[in-house]
Amino acid sequence: MESPVLRIENFNAHFGDNQILKDISLSFPRNKVIAIMGPSGCGKTTLVRCINRMHELTAGARASGRIYLDDENLYSMNPIVVRRKIGMVFQKPNPFPTMSIYDNTVAGYKLNGIRMGRGELDRIVEESLKKSALWEEVNGSLHRKGTFLSGGQQQRLCIARALAMNPEILLLDEPTSALDPKATSHIEELIGELKDTVTIILVTHNIAQAARVSDYTAFLFLGELIEYGPTDKLFTVPEDKRTEEYLTGKFG
Amino acid sequence: MQGRSESIFRGGLNLAAAAMVVLLLAVFVTLLVNSLPSMKEMGWRFLYGRTWDPVSGTFGALPFLLGTLLTSFLALLISLPFSLSIAIFLGEYLKGGFISSLLRNAIELLAGIPSVIYGFWGLFVLVPLIRGLEMKLGVTPYGVGIFAASVILSIMVIPFSASLAREVISLVPADLKEAAYSLGATRLEVVWKVVLPYARSGIFAGILLALGRALGETMAVTMVIGNANFLPKSIFSPSNTMASVIANEFTEATETLYLSSLVEIGLLLLVVTTIVNIIGKYIIRKQTVEV
Amino acid sequence: MSQVGVTGRVIKDYSFRGVIIVLCLLSILPLLLILIYIVKQGISSVNWGFLTRLPRPVGEAGGGISNALIGSILLIVIACLCSVPVGIFAGVYLSEYRRGRLAYLVRLSVEVLQGTPSIVIGIIAYLWIVIRVGSFSAFSGGIALGIMMLPVIVKTTEETLRLIPHHLKEASLALGVPYYKTILKVIVPAGLSGIITGILISVARIAGETAPLLFTAFGSPFMNFNVFKPINSLPLLIFNYATSPYAEWHSLAWGASFVLVVFVLALNLFARMVARRWKVQF
Repeated sequence: MESPVLRIENFNAHFGDNQILKDISLSFPRNKVIAIMGPSGCGKTTLVRCINRMHELTAGARASGRIYLDDENLYSMNPIVVRRKIGMVFQKPNPFPTMSIYDNTVAGYKLNGIRMGRGELDRIVEESLKKSALWEEVNGSLHRKGTFLSGGQQQRLCIARALAMNPEILLLDEPTSALDPKATSHIEELIGELKDTVTIILVTHNIAQAARVSDYTAFLFLGELIEYGPTDKLFTVPEDKRTEEYLTGKFG
Repeated sequence: MQGRSESIFRGGLNLAAAAMVVLLLAVFVTLLVNSLPSMKEMGWRFLYGRTWDPVSGTFGALPFLLGTLLTSFLALLISLPFSLSIAIFLGEYLKGGFISSLLRNAIELLAGIPSVIYGFWGLFVLVPLIRGLEMKLGVTPYGVGIFAASVILSIMVIPFSASLAREVISLVPADLKEAAYSLGATRLEVVWKVVLPYARSGIFAGILLALGRALGETMAVTMVIGNANFLPKSIFSPSNTMASVIANEFTEATETLYLSSLVEIGLLLLVVTTIVNIIGKYIIRKQTVEV
Repeated sequence: MSQVGVTGRVIKDYSFRGVIIVLCLLSILPLLLILIYIVKQGISSVNWGFLTRLPRPVGEAGGGISNALIGSILLIVIACLCSVPVGIFAGVYLSEYRRGRLAYLVRLSVEVLQGTPSIVIGIIAYLWIVIRVGSFSAFSGGIALGIMMLPVIVKTTEETLRLIPHHLKEASLALGVPYYKTILKVIVPAGLSGIITGILISVARIAGETAPLLFTAFGSPFMNFNVFKPINSLPLLIFNYATSPYAEWHSLAWGASFVLVVFVLALNLFARMVARRWKVQF
């Protein structure tokens, strides 16, 4: 793998006395889609929340190990800076209810008090909404509140909001599990288009989705990294028996 | 730099929180400190002394304790059938719909009318009526007195016990009621033997909260109770409650012992009201956890 | 079971329902009586002159309640200035720090303060301020009213913010927005309607309060804008005039009662409208 954009080394995460992640080491290649899959409770959501340092916001949470973005250790940086470099989209679409679509898209700038000219903001809004394939649908009503959109549109708005910050990595935590099949396929299409500009780490419990959309897949089970490799290889000739059992539906 | 704004903000939150606790402590301490002269002078006699005579310097608070007890309990007694009826009607018979929300809003309105207006109305409408009643009964027709105060008070506390009781009654599990119905019980029997016993502690908490409200009520009582500082002989006697004697005499209390005695009454009032309210809220909290 | 027994129970059932309904209607009877009486007695006194003139000494015709109106407004403003910032911050604290010693103590303090009789709060304001300063003042009255507003503001702020879904905070934090900005710019605005409703409700409550003002604001026959002097308020005026022996003052008091009731009811309605219209959808 040429210089990976993200490297996780010997990472552990705890909630109080429970150890959620056990000695995870993983490298993510640039501009690809990497799926993280596994049964409920395997730690996949915790893993991505450790990447953008949201995990530590919960009381009783601890983490140890190193995560390098390019060559900087994320855990020696200010977490706020980390979160501006790594974007996140959540399972349930959560546009800010008091803000318009326009303001939602550039919320990352507005809330942080980063001042920009109106023209600059307009450009960012248009670019981000185009990248998330929402521009055509909302162009005329950017001033309306974000909560008036459908579920799938709201999720694309959240993606635009994250993209507006120009992150290197986009974390998607089960982004389609609250959406209907049509909206889901829109988002999956979008993921394929986005990977040219940003590296995508996708958490999903939907095995078929991981197979459709990702270039690389990591399989987590009970907090351990069981297997990691190119998707077509992992899905057709898995090396570990547990991977095979998960893929054939024996558990999870 | 960010870190500093962050800590200032969190500091502000903690400060505001601490301020609430400090405020309460300061209230108690202030009352205690200012009651000390009176406590030192009279000790426990304060509580059972029958004479309240600022001129001679005797301060016995028993008349007011009795006045408070009588008016509050009488008010609760009078209001109970009404609050219970409202609670049962809204919680069991007619839970939703136009009439139900009309009634609920009307009860809330009752709670929103300022106390001085209750007193005003009481003085001009209720007191003459009571005077007429007293004449018929052959009692001295003061009009004002414990009875008048209790009636006004009962009207004022209805919303408090009613709304809590209603909530508790509406939360009685449907399957319990259905079991009773399936055994052939009438509505009345279900209400009396299943719903009310189940909601018993919630209703009791509502009564306690209403009691807390009644104990502390000042203006309406002051205006119709007759401002008399001797032991009440009957429910038609003019009297004073702890709250009303403070309202009536505080501005005239120029010398230390007088003022201190009034403050001590205030402290007593606060302590009793607090205990009643805490018990009531405790029961509610236990109820919600169980349900 | 015999037929007679069943019929007896059914009759009891219907009569019970009847008794309940009658008692319910009787309960709202006082409300209607009071409101009708106030309207009847008061509405004839209320005109523009009434609202803009000062009270006159007894015997002179045509007084007004202008100083009481201004006084009430001034007292409300002072009370809000004292209680709203502290109350909201304490409410935010409680919604963010659910557990812990301080949170428990704050909740306890709020409960006790809420149940404190208003006359006791008047005593406190007297002992803290009036004695120190040496005179009655609008300031002491405003403080007393502010203390009464605090518990309601803290509670409604906490309850409103608790209802805001957790993922909203997460969305903001994930964008790299620091915690304090997340609270101030995302969470509090989302809960603004509930917070404002709480403020309006507590204002409605203190607008009608008399007891804490008896020996703090004290009342005054003059117009007064100086917060360090005694000041009149609507409830105080009503109390003083109602308990006086003069008939002209009685009718002034009825007029003032009418104005006060209208004001309090309007505020309550407004608060409810704010809660419904302005509610933010998640």
